[in-house]
Amino acid sequence: MLLSVEALHIPDGFLSLPVSLIAWVISITLVGYALRRVGQDLGERQVPMMGVLAAAIFAGQMLNFAVAGGTSGHLIGAALATILMGPWAAILIMTSVVSIQALIFQDGGLLVLGANIFNMAIVGVAVSYMVYQTILKITGNTRKGVLIGGFSAAWLSLEIAALSVALQLVLSGTSPARLAIPAMASVHALIGIGEGLITVGALTFLLSTRPDLVRLGKTNPAGSRIVWVLGFLLAAAIAIAAPLASTRPDGLEWVAMQGGFIDQAKAPLFQIIPDYLFPGVANEAAATIAAGLLGLVIVFGVGVGVAYSRRNRQASGR
Amino acid sequence: MHHSIEIEQLTYSYPDGHTALSEISLLIQPGEKVALVGPNGAGKSTLILHLNGILTGIGSVRVCGLEVSKETLGRVRAMVGMVFQSPDDQLFSPRVFDDVAYGPLYQGLPVEMIQERVEKSLAAVAMSGYAQRVSHHLSTGEKKRIAIATVLSMEPEVLILDEPTAGLDPRARRSLINLLRDLPLTMLVSTHDMPFVEDLFPRMVILDEGRLVADGQTSDLMENTQLLAAHGLERPN
Amino acid sequence: MHIHFLDPYQVGISPIHRTDARVKLVLALAFIFTTALVPVGAWPILILLLVIIVSMEVLSGVGVGYILKRALLALPIILAAFPLIFTIPGMSLFSFSLGAWEISASIAGVERFISIAMKSWISIQMAILLTTTTPFPDILVAMRAVRVPRLLVAIFGLMWRYLFVFADEAVRLLRARAARSGVSDIAGLRTGGSLVWRAQTAGGLAGNLFMRSLERSERIYVAMLARGYDGEIRTLPQAEMETYNWIVLGFGGGIMGLVLILSLLMGA
Repeated sequence: MLLSVEALHIPDGFLSLPVSLIAWVISITLVGYALRRVGQDLGERQVPMMGVLAAAIFAGQMLNFAVAGGTSGHLIGAALATILMGPWAAILIMTSVVSIQALIFQDGGLLVLGANIFNMAIVGVAVSYMVYQTILKITGNTRKGVLIGGFSAAWLSLEIAALSVALQLVLSGTSPARLAIPAMASVHALIGIGEGLITVGALTFLLSTRPDLVRLGKTNPAGSRIVWVLGFLLAAAIAIAAPLASTRPDGLEWVAMQGGFIDQAKAPLFQIIPDYLFPGVANEAAATIAAGLLGLVIVFGVGVGVAYSRRNRQASGR
Repeated sequence: MHHSIEIEQLTYSYPDGHTALSEISLLIQPGEKVALVGPNGAGKSTLILHLNGILTGIGSVRVCGLEVSKETLGRVRAMVGMVFQSPDDQLFSPRVFDDVAYGPLYQGLPVEMIQERVEKSLAAVAMSGYAQRVSHHLSTGEKKRIAIATVLSMEPEVLILDEPTAGLDPRARRSLINLLRDLPLTMLVSTHDMPFVEDLFPRMVILDEGRLVADGQTSDLMENTQLLAAHGLERPN
Repeated sequence: MHIHFLDPYQVGISPIHRTDARVKLVLALAFIFTTALVPVGAWPILILLLVIIVSMEVLSGVGVGYILKRALLALPIILAAFPLIFTIPGMSLFSFSLGAWEISASIAGVERFISIAMKSWISIQMAILLTTTTPFPDILVAMRAVRVPRLLVAIFGLMWRYLFVFADEAVRLLRARAARSGVSDIAGLRTGGSLVWRAQTAGGLAGNLFMRSLERSERIYVAMLARGYDGEIRTLPQAEMETYNWIVLGFGGGIMGLVLILSLLMGA
C-alpha cells in the first residue's frame, strides 16, 4: 500500500478542504517566520547556500541502496539539512524541495502543498532538530554523539512525519484510521532505519572531509529554542494522537464525520440558491444538462481554436 | 583466458532519439594498449559506458569472452576496471582505504585478501602509506591515482580510462604516464592528449559523430595530418 | 523515485503557450480548487472537468497521450484510498470472506474511491499541462505575482539552475559505484556486503554530493559578490499584461465559477 518514499507526498483530492486549509495557514506562518529568521543567521550567503543545498537534496534523493528483493532505500534529507544548516534554513530548503517536486514533477498535489510542507519541511525539520540537539547535549559534542544524533533524528522525524500524513488522511476521511495509521507507522519505521543509516554514512563522510560543515548545525541560531519546543510538541502530540486514533477509530472518524456534517451544513444554505435559480426544476437534472451543454461548448471552442491556430501556422509557412 | 574487448556493430541512441553511436566494430587483443580519440561529443564516453554494461545498445559487446548482458553484469564489472574522468565522482568514502577496498568488499572477499589487495593497488600507483588519508584533501594528481587504485584492487583484466591526464600539471601527468606504462593490463583510454597517445599507445582509434573513422597504428595515423584535422585533432609537435 | 530530471517544458506556439504565465498559474490553481470542491458522486461534473482539461491538452499541442502517460506515473499513490471501498458503510456491492472475516465493499465506498481517484488524476493533468507549456523562469515570475516571498523565489531559481548539474553528478556517482560492484569468480562468496555497509556507502555518496554542493555555493557566492550582490534580491518590475491575457483570465475564471455553481446544485 504505502510502501515508497513517495507515500509522504499527498496528491490533490486526498485531503478535505478544512484539513488542507489549516495546514496551509500553519505552513505559511512558519515559513514566513523562517524567512525572516534566516536573514539574521546566515546573512548574505543565504540564497546561494540554501538554493544549492536544496538542489543537492533533490538530486540526493536519487542515491539509493539495495535493501532486499528489488526494493531500495533512499535519502529524504530533512534531518541532514537540519544538521548541516540549522533549523530555519532547513525549513526553507525542504519547503523548496517539496514545492518544486509538487509543481514540476507532480510528486504531491498543489492544493495540498501546505500539508506536504507541514509534514516534510516543518515536522521533519523540527523533530530532527529537537532530537539531534537533545542527543548532542547528552553525549557532548562528540563524533559518536553526532552519529547517534543523526540516526535518531532521521528515524524519528520520518516516523512522526509519516504519522502526521496518516492523521491528515484519516481526518479527511480518505483513509480509515484502523489501516492507515498502523500501516504508515510500521512501513516508515523500517524506511526510517534506511534513512538513518544513510544519514550516518553521510555524516561519517563529512566528519572526515569537512568537519567544519557539521559544526554549522550545532550553533544555536536565534529563535531555535522555538523550533526545539515546536519539535517536541509536534512529536508528542502526533505520537499520542496516532495510536489513540487507530485503536479508537470512532473518535477520529467522528471528527471526520463532523467535517462531513460541515459539508452537509452548507447544504441548507445552498438549497436556497438553486431553488432561486431554477425554481421547481430538479436540481440534479438541471446541473447534469448544464454540464453537458458547457462541455459541448468547450469542445466546440477548442476545435475552433485548434483549427484557427493550424491555419495561422500554415499561413506563416510552418 | 581472453583479455580482450570485442565490439560488433554497436549502435546506441539516446531516449530523445539522437544517435550517439553508429555501427561501431572494434576488436582489442589481450595486452594491447589502444587510444580512443576524437572531438568532444564524438561519443567516446558513451562507447566506454557500454563496456561494463552501464549503457546498453544494439549490437554485441563482449569482454574477456563474456557477452555483456543483465545476467553477466556482476562478472563483467569485476573484470573491467573503469576509471572515470572526474576523481571527485569516484571517491565517495571517507578514507582512501575504504574507497580502494570497496570493490573487494562488495565481492565478499575475505578480510586478509582485502587488506592485501589494497596494499598491492596502492603500491602499484605509488601511493603506499596513503591508506588512512582523507581522499578529499589530496591533490588532483593524487586523487586520480587513488581512483585508479580503487579499480586495480578488483584485479581486473581490462583497464578503461576516461581522460586520465586531464587537469594534471606536467609533473603529475608525467608520473601518471609512467604508472600506466608499467601496468601490464589490456588498456583502452579515451583522451585528447595527443603527446600522451604517441608516447604510450601503439594503436589509435578515431571516433567522430558516433562513427569509427580510423583504426590503425598510431605512428601511421599521426602522419596523416589531413585525417587528423578533419576530425578536430592536431598532431603533437 | 523517478528520474524525470529532464526539463518538462516543451516549446510550442499554441494559445496556451502564449498565455501569460501569471494567468496560467492562477487558472491552474483555480481549476484544481474547483476540482477539489466537486461533491462525491457528481459524475457529470467530473466528466466535464475531464473534458475541459483534455481540451486544453489538445489545444496546447503537447500531446494528450504524453500528458495522460505522465499523469498515470503519478497515480499509484491512489491505492492509499483503496481501503475506503471496504470501510465506508453503506449498501453492499459484493462481499467475500477472508478466513473468519466478512469483508464487504459498499457502493458508497466505491463511489468515494473513484471520486478521489478521478479528482487526483484530473488535478495532476492540470499541473503537468502548466509545466509543459510554461518555462520555469516564467513560473517563477508568476509566483512573484501571486505574492510568494522574494527570498523563496530566489531559492527556487537557484535550486532549479543547479538541479540538473547535481542530478548529473548523482548519476556519475551511482555509475562509479556500479562500475566497482562486481562478482568474484571465487565460488561461494556473499556478494554485496551487509545492508548496513551498503547504506553507509550510499551515505558516502550523499555526503560527497552535499560537500561539493556546499563548496560550490561558496564559489557562487563569490561570483555574486563580484557582480555587486549585497544580500538584497532585486528583480525587474512585472510586465503589463496584454488584453488577450485578461480575456483568458476572465473566461477561465467564468467557467470555473460556472462549474462551482454546478457543484452547488449537485451537492444539494
